[in-house]
Amino acid sequence: MNASVEMGIVRLAKMTMRDEFARTQVNQEVLDSAESQPSGSRQIKAEVEGLNFFYGKLQALKNINMVFGANQVTAIIGPSGCGKSTLLRCFNRIHDLYPETRYEGKIILQPSGINLIGPETDPLEMRMRMSMVFQKPNAFPKSVFENVAFGLRLRGINGQELKDHVEQSLRSAALWDEVKDRLRASAYTLSGGQQQRLCIARALATEPEMLLFDEPTSALDPIATSKIENLIFDLKRDVTVVIVTHNMQQAARVSDFTAFMYLGELIEVAPTKEMFENPAIKLTEEYITGHFG
Amino acid sequence: MSDFKRIIAKRKRQDFVFNVVGIVCTLVGILTLGALLADLLMDGLTRLNWTFLTSFPSRFAERAGILSSWVGTLLIMVVTAFAAVPLGVAAGIYLEEYARKNWLTNIIEINIANLAGVPSIIYGLMALGLLVYQFRLGQSVLTGGLTLAFLILPIVIVATREALRTIPQGIREAAYALGSTKWQVVRHHLLPYSLGGTMTGIIIALSRAIGETAPLITIGALTFIAFLPPPPFESQPPFVSFDWLWSPFSVLPIQMFNWVSRPDQDFVVNAAGAGLVLIVVTLALNAVAILIRYRVRKRIKW
Amino acid sequence: MKEIPILQHPVAAAADQGISAPPTAGPSATKRLSRLKERFIEALLFLAAFSSVAITAGIVGTLLYESSSFFASVSLKEFLTGTLWTPLFASPRFGIMPLVAGTLVTTGVALVVALPIGTVVAIYLSEFAPASVREIIKPALELLSAVPTVVYGYFALQFMSPLLQKLLPGLPTFNMLSAGVVMGIMIIPYVSSLSEDAMRAVPMSLREGAYAMGANRIITALKVVYPAALSGIVASYILAISRAIGETMIVAIAAGMQPNLTFDPREPAATITAFIVQVSLGDLPHGSVGYQSIFAAGVTLFIMTLIFNILGYILRKRFREVY
Ligand SMILES: Nc1ncnc2c1ncn2[C@@H]1O[C@H](COP(=O)(O)OP(=O)(O)OP(=O)(O)O)[C@@H](O)[C@H]1O
Ligand SMILES: [Mg+2]
Repeated sequence: MNASVEMGIVRLAKMTMRDEFARTQVNQEVLDSAESQPSGSRQIKAEVEGLNFFYGKLQALKNINMVFGANQVTAIIGPSGCGKSTLLRCFNRIHDLYPETRYEGKIILQPSGINLIGPETDPLEMRMRMSMVFQKPNAFPKSVFENVAFGLRLRGINGQELKDHVEQSLRSAALWDEVKDRLRASAYTLSGGQQQRLCIARALATEPEMLLFDEPTSALDPIATSKIENLIFDLKRDVTVVIVTHNMQQAARVSDFTAFMYLGELIEVAPTKEMFENPAIKLTEEYITGHFG
Repeated sequence: MSDFKRIIAKRKRQDFVFNVVGIVCTLVGILTLGALLADLLMDGLTRLNWTFLTSFPSRFAERAGILSSWVGTLLIMVVTAFAAVPLGVAAGIYLEEYARKNWLTNIIEINIANLAGVPSIIYGLMALGLLVYQFRLGQSVLTGGLTLAFLILPIVIVATREALRTIPQGIREAAYALGSTKWQVVRHHLLPYSLGGTMTGIIIALSRAIGETAPLITIGALTFIAFLPPPPFESQPPFVSFDWLWSPFSVLPIQMFNWVSRPDQDFVVNAAGAGLVLIVVTLALNAVAILIRYRVRKRIKW
Repeated sequence: MKEIPILQHPVAAAADQGISAPPTAGPSATKRLSRLKERFIEALLFLAAFSSVAITAGIVGTLLYESSSFFASVSLKEFLTGTLWTPLFASPRFGIMPLVAGTLVTTGVALVVALPIGTVVAIYLSEFAPASVREIIKPALELLSAVPTVVYGYFALQFMSPLLQKLLPGLPTFNMLSAGVVMGIMIIPYVSSLSEDAMRAVPMSLREGAYAMGANRIITALKVVYPAALSGIVASYILAISRAIGETMIVAIAAGMQPNLTFDPREPAATITAFIVQVSLGDLPHGSVGYQSIFAAGVTLFIMTLIFNILGYILRKRFREVY
């Protein structure tokens, strides 16, 4: 490992906690230093700046600063209740469904430069541009086909184009062979793992800019889990992926970058390999190695 | 992107339209309630005075009153409450606290769910065949009260069970840990703590019974009655008398029904007056029930 | 107001009432006595619960017993297929069809009013209205079903009928339309409250899934929440149907008392329930065929509602099992 990269990580980790300026620069530098892809080709997809989030009086996110590289998989790890889901759910404004929730700060989406959580931004539009896969499969009480077609129909896609999109999404989600003969059957006749892949197909179908996964494999067996992990790995060719996970191995296997959160704060973000081999911060190391608390 | 914008605008329009439709539909209900009250007030308010409350029915509309019918309603309610409350609360306690899961319990539960859906007039037919003619209770206050008690029994049972269900298991365990027997737990803990919920259910059930007309017509309640049942209290020993239980009777809703089906508009005004009394009593009972429910919910936080 | 015991601290209450007081007399004797008492109380409570079964038995037994003598003199075929219902005439005819038709028409009109409005209100309250509005509107609407039905009868005859006569010239004063419409308004809360409960029982995760796809409120409500809550919603519809079939006073007052085999809601016609009321108002000798005929009508009514009640019960069971 080269020393300058390591320096970069350490500096970045400190930055995220203290200094808000010059951060983008540093992050770009760190982005470029990741080993998984040739350098110089990376772009930023989203920049989080001074993000605070409140459930009523409870502050669940405290001054989060980080970037998400385009066509990268970023894993978010951290102990239960640290705010991983909360952060993820800011990206599709799902918090707006509930009263007494409040955002502060910015999430700038590139290349458009739009502030995702700004009051002037339409949550509906953001949700059209993002897709989310939830912790537990939440297939709709409809047929397999209609589940995948749901988002497409919302976007005014019909007829043959719709069918093609559905098939393609089911193929991408590694589900097509299992369901191609029962597209009209209720989604609830599928197994838990199949339902989760159905939800992924549903999320892929709308060709989102970012795919948000909230512990997508927590309810699945190892075989289904590895199918989904492979899928996520392939997905980054087309989209930017953020995945919340409790499984360190999973983070190590699928992600390019890993962010560690604790008590609503971002403690450290770094290329996954660096993070797992040589974490810059003691807390991160303790968490990763399981010597926590 | 502009395509997105167009779709989003359309979706927002849909939501807006439905919001308006939803409010209008909700208003249909609320406004009907308002119109109904206004209609009764406009027609009947002029008739509401002391003589109306203290006169017997009469062939002359302006002399007719509701004395015998409100007294009848009151007496019927006494019988109904005395029969339905102990029976319903006891049944609720049994099903919630004692009953084991077996086929018999299952039958009782299905049966109660089904009873709640039986039309009230069917209860009247049952009472006519069974109470009036088989048990020879006659077309009396007792028969009427029991009929309505059967009718509201499912409501009281369900309300008792729901109130008991809100008490956390920890309370029961704590009481048992102090060495209480099952009945002591029920008597000293569960009943007092569930009182609010049970009371709400009982009041709502009674308010339902007050408005019931059809089953009482079926058992042969009178539509014209110019005397009162014998009083429950007497000047000589033994001072109390239960003769009123055997007396023929009329009730407010039957009186109203009798007046409203006459072609003479003067009697319709009387019907509105009786309706006002009826609706004020039922709405007041419901308001009390809502108030109790609200206070219980607000003040108890397990 | 004095503190209701309900609000006492449980442990303090236990101490107050001396539950933990140790037995003073011979332990085994008191123990046996108290066990006996417990048994006795449990038996009493069981009897109370079982009384509901006795009531059902009383209903079914009475209906069967009284109508069996009716069916001894009237053939089932005439009863079910006859088109004339004149049990009090000198040469009586006992075809239940006209009464069934009256019941079906008034029920139909009521459902046309109550199901769409009740469903829209349920969707509005569950998916659109802010919590504060819902908290006020829901109990207010439930008051609609607390109003005595005889008052609704008055309203149908004195308010709705003249109103509809303005819209439909030639409408008679007594007609099934006014009765049905008012009955429909009365059963709106059955539909709206129960459907709303069913829709709110749909897990938030399903809604989140729909919103995350970019759906708006109404699409989420209609395409995701409504189908997910369907069995509960249908159960509420069935309860409404059963209520409408069994409703008596509104139709007895406003729909007319003459049996009339018609499916035109603008005409007057008696329902099964109205017929029972009408006969009961007169002075029929016990045991006469006229007396028995109200039980025959009652059996018909009972079976009609029973079918819907059982259906609703099954659906509610199923709906509870979904989540
Ligand atoms: N709807 C809510 N209302 C109030 N507080 C909430 C809500 N959802 C989450 N919280 C709180 O916000 C904090 C962060 O929760 P979040 O769900 O983001 O944690 P998480 O990191 O995803 O945990 P897990 O790994 O258990 O899913 C927690 O303290 C939690 O209690
Ligand atoms: Mg989470």
